[in-house]
Amino acid sequence: MNRVIRVAIPFIVAALVASACGGATSGGAKPAITIGSTNFSEQLVLGELYSQILESNGYAVTRKFNLGNREIVFPALQSGQIDMEADYLATLLAFVDKTAKGSTDPKATAATLQNALTPKGVTVLDYAPAVDQNGFVVTKATADKYKLTKLSDVTPIGGQLVLGGPAECPNREFCALGLKNKYGITFKEFKPLDTGGPLTVQALVGGQIDVALLFTSDATIALRGFVLLADDKQLQLSDNVAPVVRNDYLAKAGDDFKKIVNSIAPKLTTAELTGMNKLVEVDKKDPKDVAKEWLKKQGLIK
Amino acid sequence: MNLLGDVARWFTDPAHYQGVDAVQTRILEHLEVSGLAVLMGILVALPLGLYLGHTGRFAFVAVNVANIGRAIPSLAAIALAIPIAGTLLGVQNGLGFWPTFLALIPLAVPPILTNAYVAVRGVDRDVIEAARGMGVSEAGILRRIEVPLALPLILAGIRTAAVNVIATATLGALVAFGGLGRYIVDGLALQEYDRLFAGALLVAVLAIAVEVALSTFERAAVSPGIRVQHGAL
Amino acid sequence: MTPGEPLIRWDWIASHLDEFAFRLGEHVELTVIAVGVGFVIAFALSLLILRVPRAEGPITWITGTLYTIPSLALFALLIPYTGLTILTAEIGLVGYTLLIFINNIVRGIRGVPADVREAAVGMGYTPREVLWRIELPLAAAVIIAGTRVATVSTIGLVTVTALIGQGGFGFLILIGLQRFFTTELIAGAVLSVALAVVADALLVMLQRRLTPWAQIA
Repeated sequence: MNRVIRVAIPFIVAALVASACGGATSGGAKPAITIGSTNFSEQLVLGELYSQILESNGYAVTRKFNLGNREIVFPALQSGQIDMEADYLATLLAFVDKTAKGSTDPKATAATLQNALTPKGVTVLDYAPAVDQNGFVVTKATADKYKLTKLSDVTPIGGQLVLGGPAECPNREFCALGLKNKYGITFKEFKPLDTGGPLTVQALVGGQIDVALLFTSDATIALRGFVLLADDKQLQLSDNVAPVVRNDYLAKAGDDFKKIVNSIAPKLTTAELTGMNKLVEVDKKDPKDVAKEWLKKQGLIK
Repeated sequence: MNLLGDVARWFTDPAHYQGVDAVQTRILEHLEVSGLAVLMGILVALPLGLYLGHTGRFAFVAVNVANIGRAIPSLAAIALAIPIAGTLLGVQNGLGFWPTFLALIPLAVPPILTNAYVAVRGVDRDVIEAARGMGVSEAGILRRIEVPLALPLILAGIRTAAVNVIATATLGALVAFGGLGRYIVDGLALQEYDRLFAGALLVAVLAIAVEVALSTFERAAVSPGIRVQHGAL
Repeated sequence: MTPGEPLIRWDWIASHLDEFAFRLGEHVELTVIAVGVGFVIAFALSLLILRVPRAEGPITWITGTLYTIPSLALFALLIPYTGLTILTAEIGLVGYTLLIFINNIVRGIRGVPADVREAAVGMGYTPREVLWRIELPLAAAVIIAGTRVATVSTIGLVTVTALIGQGGFGFLILIGLQRFFTTELIAGAVLSVALAVVADALLVMLQRRLTPWAQIA
């Protein structure tokens, strides 16, 4: 036993030295990064997009996906448990600063968002044209019954309808709270389900809820023939997809990092995003594979 | 100890005793689904366990089903119960009560089954042989000798099943059920730790209360001469 | 259910064997740490109980109460203190094993016949020698039975840790639920149960090896 240890020591020392030296050089240029995501399938796709493009450029990526909703993930970003996540301009702004004014102009919203994020040590990088907003959806039967095409149509009959959505909906300005404030809609009941996922869809189909919160980039809306009620009073603001990163990570990464991450934004349109969502939600393809194929098709990875 | 103060305040807030999310409503929902699941478990497992114990057949299965039952991931059971409930009972029943109830039954069955089996098996063979010699029928042996002697262990199995079911019924909130799990799941989602803690506390108290109630029932039901020392299964 | 979606897509299963292997590694890691650490802590607490009988009441009360707290709640309550980490999952998992282990270790050692103990003392064994050379070997069968229960329970509970960002087969179950992808959901559930069955069988073989004289089913 002693002999084995004595022989092993030089190797152990060498390995430690090598890793320390290796750490010093690679740490400066391409530090390891932890990417997080919230808990709906589009987020898994976005998380994979950023993870894979960084990996193909030599970064070591730890994936911490599916952690929960923003109430859990954003604090994880602030505390350093994750370094980066993909978010949506206007909704993140409302979350971080309840008094801030988002707008339908993404550039303005992004600037306001950065002002709110700077004291928190976070930076928002380039936003994409792709937009994913909260959409309020009814079945065709319900739309026909009450003659609903836009959200204002719901105001007089809200008290007869049950709303279903994620647990945080009653507190969110882009959700039930905003529907009350802007449209004057008070629902009969709110049922906490999931974040625009299969529980919400199932509840809508099964009649346990009348109005569902789904995301506008969700392929299920078209697939199931649901009716998306038009946001005629512009409750939803510019919810463009944008990655947010901790400043202390940006400090130790090079400019290369920003360039790599920002290369995704210009190519990510709403149509492209919805297309990827369909592959994952309907065709049951893996987010990992869908992201890889998209990145290859866009010429962003080999 | 800010959290304890918040939780205390949560319990004393009258708003939490009104509306759909009221404490008393959630407790009742929770008890309802748990009670029905345990009842169903008894209906399925007890006769089977008694029969197998009396005849001694399928020993391996009967003893090990408790272990396997523990291994079933409740999360998966509840998730799978959604399409099952939807198909069997129509899509309007595919969420909420029915999948939760269906998923809890396989959780209740194993401890009751295994305990019933082991308990009946454990009855002194000499006593049974003597009874047979005296001409008592098989059913009579079961009813008048084996069950009374096995009662403590059987009731212990039911107690274990009840506690497990009450704790696991909280996952029903993940499939749109109400119950006390609602406070835990919503509390976690909203990062409202007072609500989450309140929910956890209520479940623990409920489980302990049911355990105590069943223990009291056991003390009343079991003849003093048979009070046996047994460990938790 | 997405219309037209089969219950199980076998081609998906065939193409995801490496994912299963990865999740197996995560699941085993979480389980082994929990059972190992739980055993050590429970062993220490059991020795305490045996030496100080009055400690049994409070210790059993605490570990028993821990057992009634729904697992999701316990994990969630730890998050503000220990984050979305393996530590959070492990603290909860270890907590749930304690009652099982303590019950079995204490019962096993107390189950050693008094005359055997007296004979050993009569032969000059010190209390420590009595414990390690007489009581523990004789209690081994019961202790391993408790380990089986703890291991199988832990394997089931590890699936819940997926709800706080951990992996293992619970991850497949959760993602399967979120995408309403029954294949993935069923795969996660079946693999979890299979792992429990295998672990249980291995422990039974271990028990038969170490204590061939004991007939515990």
